[in-house]
Amino acid sequence: MYRYDQYDQAMVDARVAEFRDQVERRLSGAMTEDQFKPLRLMNGLYLQLHAYMLRVAIPYGTLSSTQMRALADIARKYDKGYAHFTTRQNVQYNWIQLKETPDLLADLARVEMHAIQTSGNCIRNISSDQFAGVAGDEVIDPRPHAELLRQWSSFHPEFSFLPRKFKIAVIASDADRAAMRLHDIGIRIVRRDGVLGAQVFAGGGMGRTPMIAPEIRDFVPEDQMVSYCEAILRVYNRHGRRDNKYKARIKILVHETGADKFREEVEAEFAHMQPLDLDPPRAELARIKAFFAPPEYAAIEDGYDTSDPDFRIWAETNLFPHKQPGYAAATISLKPVGGIPGDASAEQMDIVADLAARYSMDEVRVTHAQNLVLPNVRQDRLYALWQELDAAGLAPANLDRASDIIACPGLDYCSLANARSIPIAQEVAKRLAPIEREVGALQIKMSGCINACGHHHAGHIGVLGVDKKGVESYQLLLGGSAAEDVSLAKITGPGFDERGIVDAIETVTSVYRDAREGDERFLDTYRRLGMAPFKEALYDKA
Amino acid sequence: MKIVTGNDLKTGDVIWWTGSGWSRHLVDAADVGEDGEAIIARESAAQKVFDGYVVDGEMTDAGPRPAHIKDRMRALGPSVRLDLGVQAKGPVHVSL
Repeated sequence: MYRYDQYDQAMVDARVAEFRDQVERRLSGAMTEDQFKPLRLMNGLYLQLHAYMLRVAIPYGTLSSTQMRALADIARKYDKGYAHFTTRQNVQYNWIQLKETPDLLADLARVEMHAIQTSGNCIRNISSDQFAGVAGDEVIDPRPHAELLRQWSSFHPEFSFLPRKFKIAVIASDADRAAMRLHDIGIRIVRRDGVLGAQVFAGGGMGRTPMIAPEIRDFVPEDQMVSYCEAILRVYNRHGRRDNKYKARIKILVHETGADKFREEVEAEFAHMQPLDLDPPRAELARIKAFFAPPEYAAIEDGYDTSDPDFRIWAETNLFPHKQPGYAAATISLKPVGGIPGDASAEQMDIVADLAARYSMDEVRVTHAQNLVLPNVRQDRLYALWQELDAAGLAPANLDRASDIIACPGLDYCSLANARSIPIAQEVAKRLAPIEREVGALQIKMSGCINACGHHHAGHIGVLGVDKKGVESYQLLLGGSAAEDVSLAKITGPGFDERGIVDAIETVTSVYRDAREGDERFLDTYRRLGMAPFKEALYDKA
Repeated sequence: MKIVTGNDLKTGDVIWWTGSGWSRHLVDAADVGEDGEAIIARESAAQKVFDGYVVDGEMTDAGPRPAHIKDRMRALGPSVRLDLGVQAKGPVHVSL
């Protein structure tokens, strides 16, 4: 894992001291809310429906045991004993007090974490594949490149006031486990003729106008990746709309300009920048890569005992093949049936930290699907791990199944939301859990408003909560995917009320079960048949 | 009726204007008539409350009821965590 150097630590410590002073001035009345609001947002402190909310960055979703333990301590000390893991691999606390925030940030800084750039029109936390470094299908661990981009984008003076927020994802495999093409910039690390570099996509995103990012560059050498991103940001910063918040994301610019013309502009900027020698020296990437060197794995063979049927079900569902023989990556589902997707109690976080230390070489990952991963588990210790997870309520065997639902906080917590998403997710999970093993891979994603934090556009089944004259209403979408077969879901038709949407999801699942051929997933059946049979079942019941 | 709400600066707690001060309980909220914006301006300047706004509602036998579900949610706490928010401290006179 990357460790802060003196510059990283000094920057974060200085920001904590600066914010402490700003909070003191706000509390003394020396600063108005209008003056203070942009400052608190730059430090990840929002006002939500019930209280202040703090969003903490988890770079590329990687945590040490020490960091996870610190997050648990913060949940206990400053919040109400729990935290919420988000679809951008971050963590949020929902009940923070302003007067305590500086101390909280100081506690975070002690474990090399912060909340900087988790809000505002700047480059946000860099996200990545939760299996980075352990996946057998990756070209290379993409996290050093993500870390390089983190360092480049942190406090970047030119990109601190962009037209709108900006999100970057980095992966290194054909399989996309990070919704890469639904980001403002998506990077796939590739090897061409023996040379490492980046395939670059730009202009993707969800929100009110979902777009799949087109490819902007097939290959840029890894030592020019930063300046190529800089060229994209410069073009966006120059031409991105600032007159209309809803048209300010880069996806609108790329769409309205056209990918070819946008590419021309980026290439011209890139060419202009090359003589300026703005890329970090190769030695810096080499220094960062050294932090991500593979740990010392034992020389063991694949295989483990699956005689316990409950363990076997979990192993079949929640394990991911590891590139190292004898090891596995285990997903800890934060989706107990009837629970709140992505929430973990401080006690559970402590347990995960402890398990990571004892079973996973001290590492935890956060997934964009709001689960956790222990990436380095010996297969001969999986059963012991599962027993401990099960005892802590952390062993739902439902990864990518119907009850593994992505859901934003919705109207239960979020001031932007129009409808609740968590209760819908809970009811759908209860309804479909009994049949989810038979149904197979099914990704259900729910958002409580058009901003799409719950990725509804990318769900095999998506749900969007809307406000219909003061009453919660829900639109149903089908056919989305955030993976390498990326697609945007389409709305089925008129919306449903709170009970109707649960019935509707059960109905489309039944259509799939009746119509599927062979091993087809829900998404495959939908793509083969189209919307018609689903729509008919939903709306032509009479 | 018109109700004024906002958030407590130090804690972020949801608060309601009672006619003479602020309360964490919706049942204490006063009908401010046309004075809402003036109250918000005055109280914001005093630096104890922020993000104030005026809410439409009706007075019921049990007490004030905001028209929009978002404000009723603010008065209660999360519907999925009844152990949190004002609702955790005792019965609240409104439901979602």
